[in-house]
Amino acid sequence: MLLSALLGAADPPQLLPAREQMAFTLGFHIILVPFGVAFTFMMLICHYRALRHDDHQAFLLAQRWAKVAAVLFAVGAVSGTVLTFELGLLWPGLMGPYGAAFGFPFAYEGLFFFLEAIFMAIYIYGWKTLPAWPHFFTGVVVTLASVGGTASVIAANSWMNQPAGIVVKDGRVTDVFPGKVFFNGAFWWEMVHMLLASYIVAGFMVAGVYAWGLLKGRRDRYHRLGFLVPFTVGAIAMPLQFLVGDTIARQVFDREPAKFAAIEMVPRTDDHVSEVLGGVFIDGKVRYGIPLPDVASILAGFRPSTPIKGLDAIPPAVRPDDAVVSIVHLAFDVMVGTATLLLLLALWFGWLWWRRREVPTNRWFLRGAAVSGVVALLSLWSGWVVTEVGRQPWTVVGLLLTRDAVATQGNLWPLFATVLVIYLCVGAGALLVLRAMHRRWLREGTEAVAVPYGPQPAPATNGRTPGADDV
Amino acid sequence: MSTLIAVILFVGVIAYALFGGADYGAGFWDLTAGGRERGRPARELINRSISPVWEANHTWLIFCLVTIWTAFPQAFTAITTTLYIPLGLAALGIVARGASFAFRHALSRSRGELGTGVAFACSSVVTPFFFGAIAGGIASGRVPSAGRGAPMSSWLNPTSVLGGVLAVAVCAYLAAVFLTGQAQRRGSTTLERAFRRRAVGAGIVTGLLALAGVFILNLDAPRLFHQLSTAGAALLAVSGLCGLAALLLLRKGGAPVVRTLAAIAIAAVVAGWGVAQYPYLLGTHLTIQQAAAPSASLWTLFAVSCVAAILIAPSLFLLYSLQLRRKLG
Repeated sequence: MLLSALLGAADPPQLLPAREQMAFTLGFHIILVPFGVAFTFMMLICHYRALRHDDHQAFLLAQRWAKVAAVLFAVGAVSGTVLTFELGLLWPGLMGPYGAAFGFPFAYEGLFFFLEAIFMAIYIYGWKTLPAWPHFFTGVVVTLASVGGTASVIAANSWMNQPAGIVVKDGRVTDVFPGKVFFNGAFWWEMVHMLLASYIVAGFMVAGVYAWGLLKGRRDRYHRLGFLVPFTVGAIAMPLQFLVGDTIARQVFDREPAKFAAIEMVPRTDDHVSEVLGGVFIDGKVRYGIPLPDVASILAGFRPSTPIKGLDAIPPAVRPDDAVVSIVHLAFDVMVGTATLLLLLALWFGWLWWRRREVPTNRWFLRGAAVSGVVALLSLWSGWVVTEVGRQPWTVVGLLLTRDAVATQGNLWPLFATVLVIYLCVGAGALLVLRAMHRRWLREGTEAVAVPYGPQPAPATNGRTPGADDV
Repeated sequence: MSTLIAVILFVGVIAYALFGGADYGAGFWDLTAGGRERGRPARELINRSISPVWEANHTWLIFCLVTIWTAFPQAFTAITTTLYIPLGLAALGIVARGASFAFRHALSRSRGELGTGVAFACSSVVTPFFFGAIAGGIASGRVPSAGRGAPMSSWLNPTSVLGGVLAVAVCAYLAAVFLTGQAQRRGSTTLERAFRRRAVGAGIVTGLLALAGVFILNLDAPRLFHQLSTAGAALLAVSGLCGLAALLLLRKGGAPVVRTLAAIAIAAVVAGWGVAQYPYLLGTHLTIQQAAAPSASLWTLFAVSCVAAILIAPSLFLLYSLQLRRKLG
């Protein structure tokens, strides 16, 4: 269905490989983004605990996480570089005419990434030699820079959803108002949404690893702490994400009616619109879904009589076809559905914690927590599908059609094939490396921890941690 | 204003040539270090030297790309639609290189070390070749303003091949010079001597290639040759002298001096290319001014560069000085 959705009859031949490659490489990169953005924050929580309370287990966690982060950050950095190339190789019709308009947020992103890369390196490699608190603060710089980086990339993306701040004459951008480009209508909420999503995905992913360990009976303090810190981060972010997501949905209803019509699968402009759970869009009709009467209208405007613009309001030439509508709708359902599961899990955790003040031992809860990272990732992926596919057939809404943005030179299939092979190798390699680390750490156990900074207050010493220097 | 941004762009290119170059070159010496046991000391030195800095070194590439597409979007798409093959291959090379380096680092002394090491070393040699070939294609005016130039001959031509081979040699030379200093700081005389020999060898090869390049450019890219021998002559002379001085001083030690001379030699060549191109961005058909984005975009980029100078420069200085003082890793 995805294939047929992406290949209309009159589309240029490169459109399909270009879109598939972009989707694949973005989908790959987005797995690593949450770790770049949010993982350091969790390391810092443990690091802070270790420094304040002389907590060796927390210290060991922070150190080991830093080693994991080093691997993931490297893969994220190179897969992000590829995206930079792809903007030019796959989408010259976007970068040529509009590079002047929305290229500069990427320059800011470059700036933040520079800071992130520099201080990440100092943080990761500075355990043995830097004084304790300055070392801690290099991690703080990473966390702050990653917020700036997220904001910059989202500025570019949200501009494509709600372009603003440019003057176009004869198809050429003649003037640019950088403030309006960066802080476009979609910027703030989309940025907060992605930032929270990063903390949620990274939190649940990391917690999932330790939940697995807890299930296997490794209930020592190391595993409990390794579960508690990231899971709490994810569980706090989750309800906030619901509020933000709900606000965004109404904003999309207001400002991107075409996307909203696809999300809700509304064929004709109407009031008292039902919310359809599941289902697909075939020949302009909603099929197989479970309709909840009036709910879509209520969600959009708090009243059943709220009218929602349908797909018929979009000029036929730029109307998304049935398959695109189905994909956007289903992706939205998956996003909300998985997010609801995660919210319930977070509430369950809150309840268990409130009752007992300890890491839950309930096996069903732990099973849920073990898979929560993958569920969160699924949610993140489907959210991006809603944003990106929901914009089709536009690349820049109202200004540039995707089929005009795509490359016309050469043949992109061989490139895509090579990309697939290399990325699969890199993905498999990353998993193998993480597994090797896991096994080594299991062998080493959690007790053999040397004091890293020497006795408190911490002067820099040569205190060596087993395992810390062989990476 | 557009010229100023072009200068900033070239500063980025020079920085990438130096830092990224030394980084790639380390991979070249990794590849040629010898068998698993014999090459271990050299590989360990390489590993320790570049682990903390390689990501920062490669961020210059991002800086160059975003600067081109924001300031000179037309030139950017002209380049990407013409030189898409070497660009795509370079991008894949970067993925293979970065990932395998990080993996090897994490897998040291285990089974995966060999495979990831080979992937890292090979991609380190191939990737700069493509970048050199891309530079050759642009410098010899093979990228039309409207893009979609010849997909093969734009980067498989005498100037591009020269650019590619020269890039690999320059990377190897820079890396050998830097690694000599690193070995010295770590007090390993064997490695110090080994890399000094390699630096001398790579320096001689680079010099010979540059001389051969004179003839190739004269035949293949007469305009570039003419501009290099007039406007760029002073820079090339500086480069030659510094390169020569660095070679002579290598034997005497004094790592910081040699390092600086080598860096100046390479920076001067790249700057010479920039001067020779001026005022054109592509061949003799697209000037910097024609290709420039509206001034607001250029001013924004200028602001980014100022912030970079204030924030990034000291951070980089901190990183490199910590690394040189062996405070990392």
